[in-house]
Amino acid sequence: MQRVKNTIRTEFYSVAFLFCCMATAAAADPSSTNVFAPQSTPAKSIFHLSLFVLAITGIIFAVVCTLLVYSLLKFRARSSSANSEPAQVYGSTQIELAWTVIPILIVVVLFMATARVVHAIQDAPMPASAVEVTVIGHQFWWEYRYPQLGVVTANELHIPVSDPAHPTPTFLQLLSADTDHSFWVPELAGKTDLVPNHPNRMWMDPEHTGTFLGQCAQYCGTQHAKMLLRVSVDTPEDFAEWVREQRQPAVADERVSAGKRVFETTACINCHSIKGTVANGRFGPDLTHLMSRSTIAAGAALNTPENLRLWIQNPDAIKRGSLMPAMQLSKSDLDALMGYLETLR
Amino acid sequence: MSSNAITVPGIRIEGKPLVETLHEWITTVDHKRLGILYVIYALGFLVVGGVEALIIRIQLMHSHNDFVSPQVFNRLFTMHGTTMIFFVVMPVMFGFANYLVPLMIGARDMAFPRLNAFSFWLSAFGGLLLYFSFLGGSGLYGAGNAPDVGWWAYAPLGARAFSPGHSSDYWTLSLLVSGFGSIGTAINIIATILCMRCPGMKLGRMPLLVWLYLVMGGMVLIAITPLSAAQIMLLIDRYLGGHFFDTQAGGSAVLWMHFFWIFGHPEVYILVMPAFAFCSEIIPVFSRKPIFGYPAMVAASVAIGLVSTSVWAHHMFSVGMNSYANTFFAITTMAVGIPTGIKIFNWIGTMWGGRIQFKLPMLFCLGFLFQFLIAGLTGIIQATVPVDWQLTLSYFVVAHFHYVIVGGILFALFGAFYYWYPKVTGRMLSERLGKWHFWLFLIGFHVTFDVMHIPGLLGMPRRIYTYEPGRGWDTLNLIVSIGAFIQAVAILVFVWNLIVSYFKGAKAGNDPWDAWTLEWSTSSPPPAYNFATVPVVASRRPLWDLKHPEDPDSQYE
Amino acid sequence: MSAAAISVSEMQQPWSLPYRGKVAMAGLIIAESAIFTIFVIAYLFYIGKSLTGPAPREVLETPIFYTICLLSSSLTIHYAGKFLQRGERGPFLSLWSLTILLGGLFLFGTAREWHRLIYEDGLTISTNLFGTTYYSLVGLHAFHVTVGMIMLLIVAIFAFVGRVGRGHSRRLEVLSLYWHFVDAVWVVVFTVVYVLGR
Repeated sequence: MQRVKNTIRTEFYSVAFLFCCMATAAAADPSSTNVFAPQSTPAKSIFHLSLFVLAITGIIFAVVCTLLVYSLLKFRARSSSANSEPAQVYGSTQIELAWTVIPILIVVVLFMATARVVHAIQDAPMPASAVEVTVIGHQFWWEYRYPQLGVVTANELHIPVSDPAHPTPTFLQLLSADTDHSFWVPELAGKTDLVPNHPNRMWMDPEHTGTFLGQCAQYCGTQHAKMLLRVSVDTPEDFAEWVREQRQPAVADERVSAGKRVFETTACINCHSIKGTVANGRFGPDLTHLMSRSTIAAGAALNTPENLRLWIQNPDAIKRGSLMPAMQLSKSDLDALMGYLETLR
Repeated sequence: MSSNAITVPGIRIEGKPLVETLHEWITTVDHKRLGILYVIYALGFLVVGGVEALIIRIQLMHSHNDFVSPQVFNRLFTMHGTTMIFFVVMPVMFGFANYLVPLMIGARDMAFPRLNAFSFWLSAFGGLLLYFSFLGGSGLYGAGNAPDVGWWAYAPLGARAFSPGHSSDYWTLSLLVSGFGSIGTAINIIATILCMRCPGMKLGRMPLLVWLYLVMGGMVLIAITPLSAAQIMLLIDRYLGGHFFDTQAGGSAVLWMHFFWIFGHPEVYILVMPAFAFCSEIIPVFSRKPIFGYPAMVAASVAIGLVSTSVWAHHMFSVGMNSYANTFFAITTMAVGIPTGIKIFNWIGTMWGGRIQFKLPMLFCLGFLFQFLIAGLTGIIQATVPVDWQLTLSYFVVAHFHYVIVGGILFALFGAFYYWYPKVTGRMLSERLGKWHFWLFLIGFHVTFDVMHIPGLLGMPRRIYTYEPGRGWDTLNLIVSIGAFIQAVAILVFVWNLIVSYFKGAKAGNDPWDAWTLEWSTSSPPPAYNFATVPVVASRRPLWDLKHPEDPDSQYE
Repeated sequence: MSAAAISVSEMQQPWSLPYRGKVAMAGLIIAESAIFTIFVIAYLFYIGKSLTGPAPREVLETPIFYTICLLSSSLTIHYAGKFLQRGERGPFLSLWSLTILLGGLFLFGTAREWHRLIYEDGLTISTNLFGTTYYSLVGLHAFHVTVGMIMLLIVAIFAFVGRVGRGHSRRLEVLSLYWHFVDAVWVVVFTVVYVLGR
């Protein structure tokens, strides 16, 4: 009997623990990748649907558990009954019907709620005011192209905040240059994969400014773990200013022409582009406005001179297995190059 | 071990040389011995896969850890998944099928004993081939090692361009080979069940375990083969310049996903059907009542088998199928929960009004009931497609499927071990060690897998060798890792119990649990020929009829 | 323990279960059908999606004659079995050998077609999606025909030395089932490749 009580107690505590944890997750603040803290319409629809399905499954759990625990307590073998067998019951058609029909009804309700939200999110028409971004997934970084705005950048996505009264959502077209990836910024939307030869589409309309984090969610190779996402939701004015700056070609500063020459004569231009120069490689991120970004290597390190220097000389120290080669530059070349890169604002 | 030698006083019988014993085991075609071989093989790989899991959990204990490199980590999670599914759960379930099905239907052996042996050795070779990749994976460019493309080997990651060397080939070939072994065993199981039943055992009188293995065998035939087909296509791509999944030539990466999950989803039902089978035998015996609703249980099992072949793309909700496809797979996924729920209700109905004995097999099955319920409900949560757009590819899914496989399948399997070990060896497993095993494993399991849902909800994707601090994932991952070690200790206690009880366990006799199916009518262990005379049955519980001649089941069925 | 109480009516019916060879072959056929289904799906999915290279209607010639050979071999093997059941070994052997000849003709036809496609039309398995799916599907089928042929030849050898008799009918029926399956698959492959795919 004590054993039974212990079993039941453990099971209940673990379940209560589970639900407390999930509730705490909802209230927890510092993590900005919380599925329960939606900041955009798709994420919010998902959040509300999740509460609905949690409620239903919670009730099912409570009911079935009660029956289970009750049967364990009430029908446990007692020493007095050691030698007799209980009534041998083979089944009951009515009961079978009841516990078939009720689950079918629950499923129908749940399915209709699901279908409604699927359609609302996936088949939402794109308004004229939408900002369009083409996202191209690479091993292990993100390329962003704004076709209407003439902007090409990498790893840090800027989008305007969307006022519910006059929505300016951002619609992303998702492509891949190599393997499968997945764009997941939990507080802004559910994830959608980037599959080569299979363009996808997703959208978000964040209602507050701020920085939203996420990362690649579909295993894409060695450094899948450090293919991070950083979305900056700007006010319309800040966004316009950012676009204006990003459209400029690279700053041409005579003082760093030595570094520019290092860039243009070593293998850098095979992979990287810098607008307004001969560098037009597509394999690696566009570096025209490298210094406008707060991180490098798709979020693997902060964009500081030390990190940038280390990244160029020994990328494996920051992101082992990334496709950036160690450039084997001499110290003077590296110094000159750093001087040049730091002008790319 | 499998003969009933008659001791004659005054005669000294010499022991056999070890070589002869080994030779007997290697060339055996006896279903009981092959069953034991399957199980021992699986237990070995359980330890290997478990060690891989522990290394993964050490690496993930805190953010930016560097216990292993990303390359090693990626191999570890690939090998852990592949090993556990193909070289632990599949073989152990085939092992139990081999041992129990002929005994439970009153047969002398499986329908095709030599095919049985061939299938076992083929599957066993597959496992060894997979692990040889650690040594042989390098290939021409020294670029390979064990496979590191995840156990799904999504295209185009598995293509030559992204997987140089031979590591992916070891994955492909080992699964192809062991897949053919599985098909052989499945054919054998189906032929045995349909053609070798003892007189009187109509289909409606078979134990539920036998029914469930019939459904499982059928599912193996139509689920494993799509994977074999896809792997042949992958080999054609990698070695003959084919373009099946070559996106640069117009091929489709999504097609690989469809083919893989057309295999992958029924596969997990293949893994769980035997767990249902074990519970359907154990719960009635320890409730002292027949299973509630036998026809409904059969119908539900067949329904699960059929419907589960239509749900596969619920693994692909984020891939970008259109809204109609997504809703179709949502409804089929929710639909398969209905017959599954019916089974849970029927098990509770079996316990209801019974005299429940909390012996170890029953304790593990109760754990199964509770945990499988939760796992099913988190499955329903993910079937609501938009919610899955957040949860898929995160640790929520990892927690869900471990809840099914560890909390459900492994618990039921432990119950089966404690229930049938006496029949196989003639000795009872130690209750004391068993209790330690149960409680340690229960606690470790919940510490790990309850908590694991939360990082998923906080945005932690799967298959990452490290993660950023400040996302709130550190402490949670530490707790998860601690639970893993508790489970490891429990497994060691279990293995120790298996070994020690073989030599020192209490003698079991024919029928230690006062059960009702045919395997308990013969000695423990059974003689090589199983039954001295062919049994004739008149109901679903032939031993109940014998023990209660005044109230036989045959009157009521 | 042996007998339990059973009703008198049950005792009077003979206890008979299906022949395990047939059940096993049915299982194998189901499994193989699943493999072929996947290759057929890939073929259908990729129709028209090749980015380059020869298209089906440019290079495929419908193999009517060889199809007739293969499909009639199902008839010959069926009647061969019937003769063996009646113990008439001579006719059995003739029809069995004819089956092998027809199967061999089919394989020869496939080889001829592939030779032409590779050397004259420049279509290989790596040329384009059509090439990959065509050679894979037709090749998988041809592989199964070859395995069947080897089994038929083994039986023929034993039959020629007089070792195959009436008692082997059941087993040969199982092999015939496999051969019928191979023919049925060809009906599907033929339809998909030479009718739908063009």
